[in-house]
Amino acid sequence: MVDEAGRVVGRALGSTGEFSLFGLRAIRDLFRPPYEFRETTRQVFDLGLRSAPLIAVSGVAVGIVLSMHTRASLERFGAESMIPAGLALALVRETGPLTAALLLSGRIGAGIGAELGAMRVTEQIDALEASAVDSFKYLVVTRTVACIIALPILTTLMNFCGMLGGFIAEQASTGMSLRLYFDKSFSLIDVTDYVPATVKTMVFGYIIAVTSSYLGFTTSQGTEGVGRASTRAVVLSSILIIVTNVVLVRIIFFLFPQLG
Amino acid sequence: MAVELQHVTKRFGSKAVLDDVSFGVPKGSALVILGRSGTGKSVTLRHIVGLVRPDRGSVLVDGADISTMKGRQLTGTRRRIGFLFQNAALFDSISVGENVAFPLRRHTKLSDREIRERARSKLAQVGLEADFNRMPAALSGGMRKRAGLARAIALDPPLLLVDEPSAGLDPITADEIDDLLLSLKEEGTTLIVVTHNMASARKLADRLLVLDSGHIVAEGTLAELQQSTHPLVRAFISSEHEG
Repeated sequence: MVDEAGRVVGRALGSTGEFSLFGLRAIRDLFRPPYEFRETTRQVFDLGLRSAPLIAVSGVAVGIVLSMHTRASLERFGAESMIPAGLALALVRETGPLTAALLLSGRIGAGIGAELGAMRVTEQIDALEASAVDSFKYLVVTRTVACIIALPILTTLMNFCGMLGGFIAEQASTGMSLRLYFDKSFSLIDVTDYVPATVKTMVFGYIIAVTSSYLGFTTSQGTEGVGRASTRAVVLSSILIIVTNVVLVRIIFFLFPQLG
Repeated sequence: MAVELQHVTKRFGSKAVLDDVSFGVPKGSALVILGRSGTGKSVTLRHIVGLVRPDRGSVLVDGADISTMKGRQLTGTRRRIGFLFQNAALFDSISVGENVAFPLRRHTKLSDREIRERARSKLAQVGLEADFNRMPAALSGGMRKRAGLARAIALDPPLLLVDEPSAGLDPITADEIDDLLLSLKEEGTTLIVVTHNMASARKLADRLLVLDSGHIVAEGTLAELQQSTHPLVRAFISSEHEG
């Protein structure tokens, strides 16, 4: 029993070390040629643009729900006029980035984990290597760059759609005009609200890409392994995003004390 | 020598897949590796292209040890090797034509039109000229194999490694593939072919090598192997007569 526990701990430590080296290699290889612009562009389109409908619809829904909850709370204090600004602040600072990242860890993480896993078990990764192509740069670094680029853009879309959802809810309740709603929404938002929170999502993009690529790249045991890699990619990247978010929020508050 | 394995040993876990294996393949010749499934034939090919590194021993390609190469040196050596995988290993996110064009796009400065023309001509050599725009998933196993061969020869490599070229093919197509491999050999390409098909082996091989449990049990010309008393070699030779 002790031996078995030791083996499990040993395996876990080994995997953690391997995963850390994989992540560091992704950063190092970002700055080494060849830069694979064509494949990176394809991945930005594939991972980014195709996620836009999911983010837009979810953003509107989140905005509506947040607006309804905020109204229920602020009505008690007679502060309903603060709803657009409060909702916008909540979306831009935290709700938008975190919700977008978690949604994308599901869509993109599962996709990368399954795709690379399938490529591993069907020897396509070996075929890349045999074709004198650095499979790590071609598959992992391109996806990492694509996610780092796509996440802030998709988060901005999420924020905008969230505000639009908030407007729909407000319009239904009070008949507020679109212009007034957005004037009020942006009245309290400063560049220091938007920039750190959105830059944070670049870290989330890196986490999603590296985690799911690692699990795909190390897939074994055939199609069963591919399914497992896909599921683990979603679970692990979601956990890492939530935990890393705590650290990043502390760092943001340290660097921008006015936000705290 | 185009390829030389010197005392190569490789273990996966406790199992020795290759155990002190040594052989050489002269430039422009064809070596056929025979053996039952799971005896280390494919692993031998993977060593030669540097996908697997030996636990002990050296794998020399054009006199340089590929098992110790990294970066550009490894890339440069691999550009001179074509590899047909057992399951073809086509990239399933791009068309058959783009699969063949892939090495050309990566390693040549040809224009897009020239690349497409060359890819079409390679596909024509394996009888798939009409399938340029089809996706790999739409092909049969045998067609995938032929497309894989077209990709392997896209850069006209001087060394071609072929894993089970006739598996999954009808006898006529298998014969056509053998003829193509033979013509490549006559043009100076060094061939290392893993096969179970003795008819192919007899057609292609300058020398044959029989592997069993990670050991070489026989090596020589067909005539020399016909003199062997080893039961496995006898079994392969007799299957030749049946085929």
